[in-house]
Amino acid sequence: MNPENPHRPYPTRRSLLKTAGAAAAGVPLLAACVTNSGDGDEPADTGGAKSTENPLGVRADAPLEVVVFKGGYGDEYAIKAEAKYTEKYPQAKIDHKGLQKVGEAMQPRFVAGNPPDVVDNTGAGRLDMATLVSAKQVTDLAELLDAPAFDQPGKKVRDTLLPGVVDDGTFGGSPVALNFTYTVWGVWYSKSLFAERGWIYPTTWADMLALCETIKKAGIAPWTYQGKYPEYINDPLLTMAAKAGGLDLVKAVDNLQPDAWKQPGLTQAAEAFAELAGKGYLMSGSEALSHTEAQAAWCQKKAAFIPCGSWLESEQKDVTPAGFDMVLGTVPALPAAKMPVTAVQAASSESYLVPAKAKNVAGGQEYLRILFSLASAKDFAQANSTLPAVAGATEGLTLSSGLGSVRDAVTAAGPDAFNYRFRTWYAPLAKAIDDATGELVNRRISVADWSTRIQKASDALAKDSTVVKYTR
Amino acid sequence: MKHGRWRFLLAALVPALVLHVVFVLSPYAQAFYLSLTDWTGVAGEAHFVGTDNFARLGGDSLFLDAVRNNAVMLVVVPVVTIAIALFLASMLNGRRPVRGASAYQIVYFFPQMLSLVIIGVLWAFVYSPNNGLLNSGLRAAGLSSLTQSWLGEPSWALIAVMAVVIWSSVGFYVVLFSAAIDGIPRELFEAATLDGAGRWATFRGVTLPLVRESVQVAFVYLGIVALDGFVLVQVMTVGPGGPDGATEVVGLSLYRTAFTYGKFGYATAMGVALFFATLTLAVFALRWGRRNQVEMA
Repeated sequence: MNPENPHRPYPTRRSLLKTAGAAAAGVPLLAACVTNSGDGDEPADTGGAKSTENPLGVRADAPLEVVVFKGGYGDEYAIKAEAKYTEKYPQAKIDHKGLQKVGEAMQPRFVAGNPPDVVDNTGAGRLDMATLVSAKQVTDLAELLDAPAFDQPGKKVRDTLLPGVVDDGTFGGSPVALNFTYTVWGVWYSKSLFAERGWIYPTTWADMLALCETIKKAGIAPWTYQGKYPEYINDPLLTMAAKAGGLDLVKAVDNLQPDAWKQPGLTQAAEAFAELAGKGYLMSGSEALSHTEAQAAWCQKKAAFIPCGSWLESEQKDVTPAGFDMVLGTVPALPAAKMPVTAVQAASSESYLVPAKAKNVAGGQEYLRILFSLASAKDFAQANSTLPAVAGATEGLTLSSGLGSVRDAVTAAGPDAFNYRFRTWYAPLAKAIDDATGELVNRRISVADWSTRIQKASDALAKDSTVVKYTR
Repeated sequence: MKHGRWRFLLAALVPALVLHVVFVLSPYAQAFYLSLTDWTGVAGEAHFVGTDNFARLGGDSLFLDAVRNNAVMLVVVPVVTIAIALFLASMLNGRRPVRGASAYQIVYFFPQMLSLVIIGVLWAFVYSPNNGLLNSGLRAAGLSSLTQSWLGEPSWALIAVMAVVIWSSVGFYVVLFSAAIDGIPRELFEAATLDGAGRWATFRGVTLPLVRESVQVAFVYLGIVALDGFVLVQVMTVGPGGPDGATEVVGLSLYRTAFTYGKFGYATAMGVALFFATLTLAVFALRWGRRNQVEMA
């Protein structure tokens, strides 16, 4: 019955101690593998001679390795820029890699000290930017930003970008990443549905609540959100807070100031979204829907509003009914707001960087100069219905309903495009805020609890000496 | 000849041993070392920080949520899975197997054939609040008052996840216990019947004591499953790990700390803590089992 000898000493104290002892003795022998490439890894390339034609001092024959995230936008646009690079430097051999898991593939190469010359650090599992910066793995791109733009004579690269793009890639005063796409966050609705019902997109929160009542009476849920990922409902809340309290509020949050989360703008915005939930204006069950489920319900006109970034139109391309005409509305304002209602939360993404230990740093920067040229950005906008970070890239193009509304929102906002930085600077704080907001809109915590909780997380982070701090 | 035999043995063993040392032992050893550093995971250097990482664990509320949830799973998952599996196995085998027993045995094993990720995705659809199978079924049965936002409600989310863990594991243990019950000599069952024992009495007096060894192994395996839970939580839950930490597990905390926060040293400390928890569990379960063995004379 019991085939094993019952008296066999199965892990005895002695055998355990012996094994543990052997393991402990082995540790020093085996441990020094991950972290032993500290020396002799200065960049090999000191560059060639600089000239007007070659402002970054590229060595014409230096090979270039480009790693691009091949996600929703593909990597055609990056290959086109590589072709232009080859046109200019025919001797340079280009090694292109289009990957889905950039972080996974690049992590060992950063650790080993032989990264490629350009990395598009994007997609699920991308490497944390703040971590890369604190580990001194990225090149300062100031020289590139001050170089002349590739195809806009008389302008510097810096001046060709949309507002906030340079800031988005700046850590501790030095620009280290250049983001290629420009995302605007807002509240989306179907233009045709609204026209059919005679609803008008509101500019104040009071009007929003009144309209929600009308929509609810018409048998449609006023709002839904991607409940599985509470950051989606966080975005309009924080946008509303920023409009109420102005840039000072945003900076206080990003700088982890004591009592930043007790500012009236934030508590009022939290109050507003708690009310949205309290009055039953959120579609029931939203809290457990994934982004695909919630967005599909919205496309089926089961809900009138959904918060999302400007990628929504391309993401919903296959499930949007014809004539739906989705448009992005800017988040309605609270009374006595310090920013105009046209202000938008906007940030660039698709982070391109040049690793500090790349062999061809100058070539990597030159490649970015070509990629961020007007012609290349236009191609991208045309192919992907997405706003690139280069100003004026959509001029002269026929735009779809969603992208057109995004461009109009950016134009209307002008200089009032703002962005919170805590999400890229302090990922653990972002998690704490998302969790708290998820609880808030499900009415499991009060506004006071919400602000206390987040403040506590922010204070803890401010005190944590292991986290590198940034200020703006 | 002896010399040649040694050479042959070495030639056969060394490659395997080298692979084992490089790909199994060395990562373990490195993990112990890295858990004492501030390694970021993206640079070739790490600074020694002593036991700071372990000290932080105690004050990390999300990690403590994870430990609590893993502890709940550790209590619930093995007991419920083994109870169900034993019940099903004793129905299918032993004295009077139910009709079509072998077909059932195959059906129970089905979940074992699916990848855990697929199971997670399918069950997320089942739990979906508005048109998921579970809520639709309840509504169709006139039980609308029982419908829940299963994964969106903190009090239900962990239960919902555990139900899937149990559903996906039961089949394997039905097969394991069936084999054990098959090994019990038939005359024991016959003797029990002659003594007038019913199904329950036979199960308690004959079957259970004689499959104790398998049950004990099942406890160890299921304990390890309960201490993990990463895949299902990552695929199914709100957040993931939510709502608000309600389904956080140590594996998920570890993953997020390493790959989202870039704190590989701290994450490795979590891994080392989990390693010791698992080891302790296994040792205790096996020692407890040894003390309670039945002698078959």
